[in-house]
Amino acid sequence: MTDILNALVLFANFVFIPGLAYGSQLALGALGVTLIYAVLRFSNFAHGDLMAFGTAAVILFTWWLQSLGVSAGPLPTALIALPIGIAVAVAMSLLMDRTVYSYYRKVRAAPVVFVIASVGVMFVLNGLTRLVIGPDDQRFADGERFIIRARDFKEMTGLDEGLALRTTQVLTVVVAIIIVIALFRFLNRSRMGKAMRAYSDNEDLALLSGIDPKKVVFWTWVIAAGLATVAGTLYGLDKSFKPFTYFQLLLPIFAAAIVGGIGNPVGAIAGGFVIAFSEVTVTYAYKKFADYLIPGWEPEGLLQLLSTDYKFAVSFVILVVVLLVRPTGLFKGKVI
Amino acid sequence: MSQTLRIIVLYAAMLTAIALVGFVQSWPLALSILNLCLISAIMALGVNMQWGYGGLFNVGIMGFAALGGVAGVLVSLQPRPEAWAAGGAGLFASLLALGVTIVLVAWLRPRLPKRIRGIATFAIVIAGYFTMRSFFGPAVDAIEAQDPAQFGNIGGAGLPIILSWIVGGLFAAGAAWLIARIALGLRSDYLAIATLGISEIVLAILKNEDWLARGVKNAAGLDRPVPYEVDLQINKTFMNFADTIGMDPVTASTVFVRLCYAGLFLAVLAIILWLAERALHSPWGRMMRAIRDNRDAAEAMGKDVVRRHRQIFILGSGVVGVAGAMLVTLDGQFTPGTYNPLRFTFLIWVMVIVGGSGNNWGAILGGFLIWFTWVQAENWAPMGMELITSGMADGNALKSHLLDAAPHMRLFIMGLVLLLTLRFFPKGLIPEQIRR
Repeated sequence: MTDILNALVLFANFVFIPGLAYGSQLALGALGVTLIYAVLRFSNFAHGDLMAFGTAAVILFTWWLQSLGVSAGPLPTALIALPIGIAVAVAMSLLMDRTVYSYYRKVRAAPVVFVIASVGVMFVLNGLTRLVIGPDDQRFADGERFIIRARDFKEMTGLDEGLALRTTQVLTVVVAIIIVIALFRFLNRSRMGKAMRAYSDNEDLALLSGIDPKKVVFWTWVIAAGLATVAGTLYGLDKSFKPFTYFQLLLPIFAAAIVGGIGNPVGAIAGGFVIAFSEVTVTYAYKKFADYLIPGWEPEGLLQLLSTDYKFAVSFVILVVVLLVRPTGLFKGKVI
Repeated sequence: MSQTLRIIVLYAAMLTAIALVGFVQSWPLALSILNLCLISAIMALGVNMQWGYGGLFNVGIMGFAALGGVAGVLVSLQPRPEAWAAGGAGLFASLLALGVTIVLVAWLRPRLPKRIRGIATFAIVIAGYFTMRSFFGPAVDAIEAQDPAQFGNIGGAGLPIILSWIVGGLFAAGAAWLIARIALGLRSDYLAIATLGISEIVLAILKNEDWLARGVKNAAGLDRPVPYEVDLQINKTFMNFADTIGMDPVTASTVFVRLCYAGLFLAVLAIILWLAERALHSPWGRMMRAIRDNRDAAEAMGKDVVRRHRQIFILGSGVVGVAGAMLVTLDGQFTPGTYNPLRFTFLIWVMVIVGGSGNNWGAILGGFLIWFTWVQAENWAPMGMELITSGMADGNALKSHLLDAAPHMRLFIMGLVLLLTLRFFPKGLIPEQIRR
């Protein structure tokens, strides 16, 4: 019996909890991508760098607050800086929309032109982020904080395996839940949310019924930039911040949005967790897990399906399979 | 201004800029910029085929370039029979297992009742995967254990590295064929995301599979198609020649070697350009443009759009692969850790857009201009930053931070160049011209 419990704790510690946190971060990122796709109708390649840009602003304010001695008690100081970071990211997104995308909307350019423009924006944001904060790894959590430490857990339960629960992991999941609830309330209940959904569903009909497209676009960028900053900050708190890593997050985020059904917010969340859990479960080495469950079996190797270096491959393979089998994604989204 | 005059003026200006570097900075530097400009131009030609002729948005260029690069290693390194003896059989067995799995799935799927088709396919794939891994793992361990500090890989074919330019093209084209089977036919955004993903996977494989090309341990000291500088410096005839033109021996040998590379690259560029121009102005080129401009109409005329797209995708990727192999030849080493999508994918895109999509001469000019700016911006940005911060006191924290961060300005500049071109000169410097 203890063996089974040990195996479960091991699984929770190395697969379930990290997967849950990573999935929440991807889900928030994918929600931003999906909203932009739903309303503005292009795949935003600059989303990863928007995340990095917003997070860089959060980090700078966090450092400033830390130097002043301000802290949020048991919570990371970055949470106080988050609204300011969101404001910076929103301002940048609106600036980019005004200077870049609005023109292509006016001339009704092909979707691929928007994508190329977003590549340009990606370069600009990437350069700005590196100019402001540099290309290196940055840590801005106030040291590691735990709700349960592995050693304490072992003492408490008497099991061989420890379960470590970091504050940032719990925080990630809680913040993600709050934001998702707020977002869905906004989309389903508020006037602007309904207008956004109507605009996404049928642009002409929405315009005909007097919806102001400028306002819809404005709020889409505000929400997308806010989501990107929150996702980026949570990811940075949980792991660490590096501009290039954020650029690379683009792939799992796109995969999550498409797997869930692009343009569909519920799908983006489901997709985020599907991608995150597949990455973690496929790249986890199950040797110790198997040792507990099947005593006496001495497997060769680590029982790892794929080495962790191939985690991008996992999200991509899932993406391809979903597109071949069910092009609209798990939840009905748009076909791209 | 007529198109031809425009081309002549812009090309002359570009060459003058490179010559100025030679006069003001140094000739070895100017030639090294020229060589990379030539390689960039070939990559831009490949991308221009896909985007300019076909309208395909491929952002996996880095992957194809890296596949070309690995060809450079596999063709030119000396063979290592001891590695093959240790793990060759295992590698072949795992390859066989992979092949059998694919054939089995392809053969069995249509013959199974629909109810169990999904589960059966899944079971076969899983069984095949584990069979493959059971051969592959030990074989790789055995190969990587062979003299790991110096080798630990399967070596190469021991052939002249120039052959790898063709092999690299074939590698990239093969990968493109595979991708095209999966990803073409869907909307442009999806091809973009799919190619982005595949290029990351290719890089992950090249970084981690040490047995293939030593991964991040890098394969250095590759064969060279041109003489070595040290050999030239002890060569009497060459030394006399350097003496007569009044250059010091070290500079003279460096310049000579880089000129040799430039000659080779120019020849490849000329061949590819000639082929590309011939293709563009043939009925085939007209058909491609027709497909790009009005897909439905072309399809109605009986053109097989997906097939044509696949063809152009494979051709363009092959050209990128050739350039990737040339790059590794020039560097003399293969370093998978240095491949970065910003430099190897998106920068090439800036070249094509700025130069003029759909026009081969434009793509080449874009390759030259953007690479030149990219390299020189590394020098200019700190100088510019020096100017901006000249009012600040020395030792000011902001000043030193800005000076440190200045090299990253070039990403910003490239983004700005792309956005401005796309907005104000969407046709690029040398616009596409359709001869009637």
